Amino acid sequence: MEIFKRTNFDFLGRKWPFILLSLVLTVAGLISLWMKGGPKYGIDFTGGALMDVNFVKRPPAEAIRAALRHKITGEIEVQEIKNTQEVLISTGARDDAALQVVRGDMISTLNTAFNPQAGGKLDINLASQSVLADRLREPLTQAGVMLSEDQLRAITKAITNFRDTPPRSGLISNLEDLSGVPGVTPQLLNVVKQQCFAGNFAIRSVETVGPRIGADLRQQAINVVLIALAAMLVYIAFRFEWKYGVAAVIAVFHDTIITIGLFSILDKRIDLTVIAALLTLVGYSMNDTIVTFDRIRENLKLHMRGTFPSIVNASINQTLSRTVLTSGLTFLTALSLFLFGGQVLNGFSLALVIGIIIGTYSSIFIASPILIFWHDMAAGKAGPSKAAAVEVRPAGASKGVKTAKTVK
Amino acid sequence: MKKPLRVKFFLILAVVLICIYGVIGIPRNKAELIANWENNIHLGLDLRGGTYLVIQVQQQDAFNAEAGAVADRLKDAAHKAQVQFTDIEAEDAKTLDTAKNVAVVVKGVPSAQAGTFRGIVAEQFSQWLLKPTSQTDYRLTMKPTEALTLWQQTLAQTKNTIDKKINALGLTEATVQQRREDQDSELLVQMPGVDDPARVKQIIQTAAVLELYDVKSGPFASREEALSQNGGVLPLGTKLIGAPTTASGPDSRGGGVYLVTRTPIVRGPDIRDAKPQSGDLPNTWDTGFVLSQDASKRFGTYTGSHVGQRLAIVLDGKVLSAPTIQNQINDQGRITGAASQQDAMDLALNLKAGSLPASVRYEQENTVGPSLGADSIRQGFVAGIAGVLAVIVAMLVYYKRSGINATLALILNALILIAALSYFGAVLTLPGIAGIILTIGMAVDSNVLIFERIREELHAGKAVIPAVDAGFSKALLTIIDTHVTTVVSCAILFLFGSGPVKGFAVTLVIGLVANVFTAVFVSRFIFDWELSQPKPVTALSI
Repeated sequence: MEIFKRTNFDFLGRKWPFILLSLVLTVAGLISLWMKGGPKYGIDFTGGALMDVNFVKRPPAEAIRAALRHKITGEIEVQEIKNTQEVLISTGARDDAALQVVRGDMISTLNTAFNPQAGGKLDINLASQSVLADRLREPLTQAGVMLSEDQLRAITKAITNFRDTPPRSGLISNLEDLSGVPGVTPQLLNVVKQQCFAGNFAIRSVETVGPRIGADLRQQAINVVLIALAAMLVYIAFRFEWKYGVAAVIAVFHDTIITIGLFSILDKRIDLTVIAALLTLVGYSMNDTIVTFDRIRENLKLHMRGTFPSIVNASINQTLSRTVLTSGLTFLTALSLFLFGGQVLNGFSLALVIGIIIGTYSSIFIASPILIFWHDMAAGKAGPSKAAAVEVRPAGASKGVKTAKTVK
Repeated sequence: MKKPLRVKFFLILAVVLICIYGVIGIPRNKAELIANWENNIHLGLDLRGGTYLVIQVQQQDAFNAEAGAVADRLKDAAHKAQVQFTDIEAEDAKTLDTAKNVAVVVKGVPSAQAGTFRGIVAEQFSQWLLKPTSQTDYRLTMKPTEALTLWQQTLAQTKNTIDKKINALGLTEATVQQRREDQDSELLVQMPGVDDPARVKQIIQTAAVLELYDVKSGPFASREEALSQNGGVLPLGTKLIGAPTTASGPDSRGGGVYLVTRTPIVRGPDIRDAKPQSGDLPNTWDTGFVLSQDASKRFGTYTGSHVGQRLAIVLDGKVLSAPTIQNQINDQGRITGAASQQDAMDLALNLKAGSLPASVRYEQENTVGPSLGADSIRQGFVAGIAGVLAVIVAMLVYYKRSGINATLALILNALILIAALSYFGAVLTLPGIAGIILTIGMAVDSNVLIFERIREELHAGKAVIPAVDAGFSKALLTIIDTHVTTVVSCAILFLFGSGPVKGFAVTLVIGLVANVFTAVFVSRFIFDWELSQPKPVTALSI
């Protein structure tokens, strides 16, 4: 099967709609960033607390927020995770003292608001294995269930494991379900029922980050991205020429800006994993650009006939099939991460899904025109000896780049 | 099979076997296979559940203590040498950043005695730099090399102490490490399986410095009262000890201010062992402690000669009690009044582990419950399978028989990647899984580049064998360029990144290296093998 058989699309002739699209996306992203006062960072960059709570039946977000507002200072955000009963609760509590107690405060508040009065019973959905063992030790002996310390540990471990494996995901809704756990006898289950109850929610993860380390991580992330870009620029300049390096880096920069802008428009947070995704994109988009540039270089060496722009256009056509196929396949894997990879990787895979599309077209419609523009500038200085065909393009290309710069 | 092909075949076979061995060992049954897999593949905290803490060690505490001690010693030395001064005082550092700037400020040394004073500092305080600020005043600052040593010592000591404490809690898998290699003051504590770190945090933070003092007089209601009772000046070699009543009212355990000897009879490091024990009354708990040999000799002599006098038991600067010595005590004692068995246990643990040389601040706390980890593994697995299947189907449809070739290379790539993680003892995290899935996506790129080139050559009218040759050799240059660029960015990620970013970079680099092997070497081998069949190949299924 072959999709593209010796194509000869005039990509560079049709660059304008795409450059325009890029401009629109960039400007929209920048406006969104400007209106929201910068990117929406994850708590690992701003400091604060983030808690993932899984409910048996999720209460309305407003109810959760209202319950927490009494106890927790600062902005509280409750975000529902699609297709689950989970919520992500984040607070912008910034000072150290508040962060130390925020976890306990949140759990106790949720307890009073959403759990029934337990009468001193232990919530099995919030208990760790050792707490459960401590709780059951005495009553089991009293009920005549004789277990050694090792056996007790094994059985409580089996119970918490049962609770934590999918599809329960940390929640036992009915204590009767435990009868399926190997080793749980009716007698033992009775004791569990006397001592425990099944609460309405489980805490799946908690993250608290101090403001100082947050700022530190943010600075580090920005540095890493910039250093990586610089290193790649140097490598490409070494392997090709400066103009290739600059064109590739500008294209990659364009991808990053648009992705960050889209995150702002979609109101998604940028955290450490999203930064990792951005860096992957940088590598990926660079990859794409290099394949095209490699072909241009090869064609120039072979003394292909025609003007520089026509050689570039031919090179894009020659590599088109590869570009589409690779992008398509990488896009498929990123998409499978986005669809099935779960909530933790959601930001990461979204950045990839967006970025692969943008990275692919930027190689063709951003990097190549910049390369031509630069080439013509250099040729223009050397003397107006190039053919008329060259003259038509640089006018457009130069205008395009200038507008892009003034907008940024 | 031709000879060079045979060599290649065995090389590839060897790599495959080594990789399979690295991942699952040589299992004899299913249970062993699973056990080997779990032993070889180390899961990160985000997948297996657990807590990590980032702790900032407040170095200024150690520096201030050092400066305070130097100020005291300098005073003594000046007295001894009969050098006059109006004031010698430590200038404390308030923040971590300024810790190394601690100073001892000396005021009012007559210029006639400047030489003697300088001599004392040069001789006894060689770790400090003396700088005159006026005719009579001086400022001592710590030499940079000394400051660095103290910094590292404090960090190392804190690390060891925390390590002891969490080990005593039975968290054998927990690790404490310096967060970054440089001069930072941060420790990373990783505790697999811990889903509520509250108790651990409490224990790490508790100093538990136990001291036993000889009581001269007391108790007094306040420091002021103690001073006025003693005529405004403390007798030589004594100090006041005991917390003034706190905001929440007087402490239930002891309290009051005592006048005690300046140096304690027994100090924290003198404790050899401590454990909780039942109290005298039912349902009460004490913490018993045993002194080291050396300290028990000292303590025995002291208590023997001071029967009838009082002894202050001081924990973290707070007087717990001041019992009268009934008879000679050698090596054992106990602290009464624990709120619960766990309290008594925690105190024992802290007494044994010793105190931190500086206080700590929790900068970051990250807990992943086991249920989330289990879900993440499952989702990562599903996403991986879905991604790989999609890629394989697309390759088979698009490149027909040559697609099989690419599929084999892909599977081998994934196998090498996982085996390398196992051999390096690298930890597989969720971003790492993402890295693997993505590597698979990008690994296709090399195959696509080569196949497209071969197609082009075929279109240009070349015969099968030269077309395959040209396809590989031409694509190789591009493959090297793209791979090196990505390796460069990964190297930067690894050097300057942290946590998840680092794990991601490692998997990606291993994947890229594996990819060069599979796409260029293995895939080429399969083509060559196909083309070396006795029946001449006139058309390639690509």
